[in-house]
Amino acid sequence: MEKDNVMSSLTATILTEMHTENSASLKDQLRRAERMKKLRYGALILPLALFLLLTFVWPIAALLKRSVDNPEIVGAFPVTSSLLHNWNGKALPDEATFVAFADELGKTKGTPPLAAAAKRLNMEQPGFRSVMMHSARAMPPETGTSPKDALIAADSRWGEIATWQFLARNASPYTARYLLASVDRKYDEQGNIVAADEDEAIYVDVLVRTFEMSFVVTVCCLLLGFPLAYMMASQPPKIANVIMIFVLLPFWTSILVRVAAWIVLLQSQGLVNQALMAMGIIHEPLQLVFNRVGVYIAMVHILLPFMILPLYSVMKGISPTYVRAAQSLGCPPLRSFWKVYFPQALPGVGAGGLLVFILCMGYYITPALLGSPKEQMASYFVAFYTNQTINWGMAAALSAILFVATLVLYMVYSKLVGSPDVASKAR
Amino acid sequence: MIASYASPAERVWYYAFRIICALVLVFLMLPILVIAPLSFNSDSFLLYPMSGFSLRWYDEFLTSPAWRQAFMNSCIVSPFATLLAMVLGTPAAVGLTRIDFPGKALLTSILISPMVVPVVIVGVATYLVFAPIGLSGSYVGLILVHAALGVPFVVTTVSATLQGFDFNLVRAAASLGANPLTTFFRVTLPLVAPGVISGGLFAFGTSFDEVVVTLFLAGPEQTTLPRQMFAGIRENISPTIAAVATILTILSTLMLITLEWLRRRSERMRGVAH
Repeated sequence: MEKDNVMSSLTATILTEMHTENSASLKDQLRRAERMKKLRYGALILPLALFLLLTFVWPIAALLKRSVDNPEIVGAFPVTSSLLHNWNGKALPDEATFVAFADELGKTKGTPPLAAAAKRLNMEQPGFRSVMMHSARAMPPETGTSPKDALIAADSRWGEIATWQFLARNASPYTARYLLASVDRKYDEQGNIVAADEDEAIYVDVLVRTFEMSFVVTVCCLLLGFPLAYMMASQPPKIANVIMIFVLLPFWTSILVRVAAWIVLLQSQGLVNQALMAMGIIHEPLQLVFNRVGVYIAMVHILLPFMILPLYSVMKGISPTYVRAAQSLGCPPLRSFWKVYFPQALPGVGAGGLLVFILCMGYYITPALLGSPKEQMASYFVAFYTNQTINWGMAAALSAILFVATLVLYMVYSKLVGSPDVASKAR
Repeated sequence: MIASYASPAERVWYYAFRIICALVLVFLMLPILVIAPLSFNSDSFLLYPMSGFSLRWYDEFLTSPAWRQAFMNSCIVSPFATLLAMVLGTPAAVGLTRIDFPGKALLTSILISPMVVPVVIVGVATYLVFAPIGLSGSYVGLILVHAALGVPFVVTTVSATLQGFDFNLVRAAASLGANPLTTFFRVTLPLVAPGVISGGLFAFGTSFDEVVVTLFLAGPEQTTLPRQMFAGIRENISPTIAAVATILTILSTLMLITLEWLRRRSERMRGVAH
């Protein structure tokens, strides 16, 4: 704050002495003062930037890198890998490669790196784990036998070029296989990209479902949020503030509380079914929870305030005189709403819609608690591969797709509205 | 207010529109209103009609070791995470509003991004990086990530408060003879404090309701209240959950009231300033 004083007095000095001889040095002083100001205020941002770099940016970068990492083969057989890297692939590898491979296979026998490499190769070619395991058991070769003969004796496949091509393909430190798998593609035995086997081709469905559900939730939020925001904007501030409390209270209530409440409401003997049956609309209780309906209801409920708040803040700024002018010029109510009011509210629709869509794509707990397996979105599979099968490659690849989709939409959002200012609007 | 010259169609629409809005409000409030009474139900089903009044589920919450442990953990993790978010976020917001530099927009987007990146990604990523250095299954790791998730709220609220901050007030105080320290505590802080506290409340709310990162990063000893609720809802949803839900709802109502009070206060003070 003192700097402001210095700055203003400095500026004043400059203004009065601008035309004197030493104006050049004053310019320097001003520049120096500006630079000092930048450095000081920059120093205020630095701790947070460093903190987020360590706790947020770096972990995410590390996870995304995992989606292309392929450490198993290179890790277990470094020498063989580098030899195979220079191999032309036309004839069987030279004697040196066989020696190196036999040596490294013998060295890793019974250790975790071999198990990891065998598991990794088995992913590409089912059954290859046992090839690796019994080949390793035959190592090191008995004295007098060449490593090449010993390997081929252990498994005849080591005498085939295709086997070595397969090994060579996987002996690179990076692979696109996880990213391909997350869009239902894979490498075939010749290394071409082909459609994945039908029982493994589930991820395109999952991604389509993620977008589809996010879209439906966004549209529902818009349909419910628009009238309410419109109503709030047309009320005097006192009433609008009261309605705002009804919007903000659920917004502030724990998501788990709301999920639990929706289970209570929607279960087969819950209030909703009781009410519908009492009104004679249905005779049998409807299945409203642990299916798509329940997930939609709860997600719309959770995300609705994120739609209403930006809509309201835009609508508050729309003067009612335009619609009145349109109507006084003979435009029918519906048409004047659509032609005059709606275009002015569009920034709010865009901001709210994008925000809801972005948040919805990443949802995990609501579908996990309220949905059947058919409602699980991309996040669920990220968690599944981390917790259940510990397949970091797949977890990272699905994360990467989800992350890129979020990032693109977030960039559109930033262009449209600046920073997501829900916090300050919700105050 | 409906005009007296409105046509019948307009009248119908006027009331239909009111009813639609009322239904949306009911939709928003219903879950919160429904779960609280069930926490006082005397039998163990979460069903209406209730069979009788009882406080046994609150008793269970207060005496069960698992719930107590979870509550204690939340009371350790969230305040520290909030404090860290406020201490890091407030100066950064001041810096961001006071200077311009190339890449500022990008940096701001990155500082805000914990708000939009899917939490599952944050959870898995921090687990991947924190586990090898012994930060998974520790309070420290959990506090660090919760603070990172809360920081954007502090940055945005404090920035918003500073947008409306009239730096002439500081100059006026100084020209009237107040020294910088007095100026800061008597003029700047009272005006900016509502923003800092609101940001802090948002950060606290985020951490206190955070379950996904906790699922990945916390060990059994760090189970927080939301994590315990998640397990409870998944396995067997009992009225204890309803009791916890009621307590949490009261807590969030208190936070909302505090925020509203802060907002009005800062509006009033701005009113004086102009």
